[in-house]
Amino acid sequence: MEFQPKILALVCTYCTYTAADMAGSARMQYPAGVRIVKYLCTGRIDLIHILKAFEAGADAVMVSGCEAGSCHFLEGNLRARERVEYAQILLEEAGLGGRLEMFEVAASDAPKWVAAVQEMTQRVEALGPSPLRRGRHLHAGVVEQLENMVQS
Amino acid sequence: MIIAERKPFAEIKAMVAPYKKILIVGCGTCVAVCLAGGEKEVGLLASQLKLSLGLEDKRLEIGEITVERQCDLEFLRPLCDFTADYEAIVSMACGAGVQFLKQLCYLQPIFPGVNTSFIGVNNEAGYYTERCRACNHCYLGLTGGICPVTMCPKGLLNGPCGGTIQGRCEVDPEKDCAWSKIYHRLELEGSLDKIREILPLHPHDRSTTPGTVIHPAFKRRYGAHE
Repeated sequence: MEFQPKILALVCTYCTYTAADMAGSARMQYPAGVRIVKYLCTGRIDLIHILKAFEAGADAVMVSGCEAGSCHFLEGNLRARERVEYAQILLEEAGLGGRLEMFEVAASDAPKWVAAVQEMTQRVEALGPSPLRRGRHLHAGVVEQLENMVQS
Repeated sequence: MIIAERKPFAEIKAMVAPYKKILIVGCGTCVAVCLAGGEKEVGLLASQLKLSLGLEDKRLEIGEITVERQCDLEFLRPLCDFTADYEAIVSMACGAGVQFLKQLCYLQPIFPGVNTSFIGVNNEAGYYTERCRACNHCYLGLTGGICPVTMCPKGLLNGPCGGTIQGRCEVDPEKDCAWSKIYHRLELEGSLDKIREILPLHPHDRSTTPGTVIHPAFKRRYGAHE
């Protein structure tokens, strides 16, 4: 069976989610293996959310927030970037380097969202499936679990 | 509070390598504030271990629990029954907590998950600096609230010495001269005369280890151990 990357996207509702929504409305085509979890701000994304996604078998995780300086909550995206950089270190130590990336996509920038998903998909295709997946698809409960964590 | 840093992942992984079922015990006080060994960090370490060992196709069952304080029997006692099911324990508390936990749960091997750094302050999230050496003889009233034992890179009780270079120390130009700061503090509070007082030799005998403190109200109860 052909490898189809499963990517979890943790995105901000104000910018990237709007851009992704716009990409859908505009019928832009991009790889379908991305699952989106909407946060009120990328500043809410915790390190454990990212690590749990990998435990559940995600091939990659992308965090996408507002462009620097345009966070609805002033600096949530900057905090997210710090956390993503730390999570990259933790993943590197665990042997899963290169599978986490942060993007900045403005609400009006649907093509940039499409490009980000394509870039991440290509990267995962080059890296191959997550060794933790072992033929499983992304665990169905994970997205729901993450949404519950965000709401709690 | 006590500041600690998490041990390198490779070191922790090597420590728990021989076991199949481990318990990671976090501490919810000092090390939780300095983001080294609280509930969140326990979760992160467990997740990291699961990912890393999963990649090697090894199985490790990991229990996670965080108590309010590992340096307090009140919180440790209920843990003892819980730990019995595990082959080894990783304690994310400071050195005191690790030792106290092992004192109670002595059947399994215990491993420290953090390196205890110092007694310090939380300047901002993620940024901690040392303030106290716990020398058991406090001078802060004489020195404008700056500890010469800790903050002076040479630990001088009378200063400034001749090695002050524009408010920095000759030992390390990155470090502030504590005595220069003390001078300016005392100047501000209008008690510069205090700097003239020559402090006698530091009573190092008061900080011989291991230290014991018995509260005066409990002398009768614990006096026999003195």
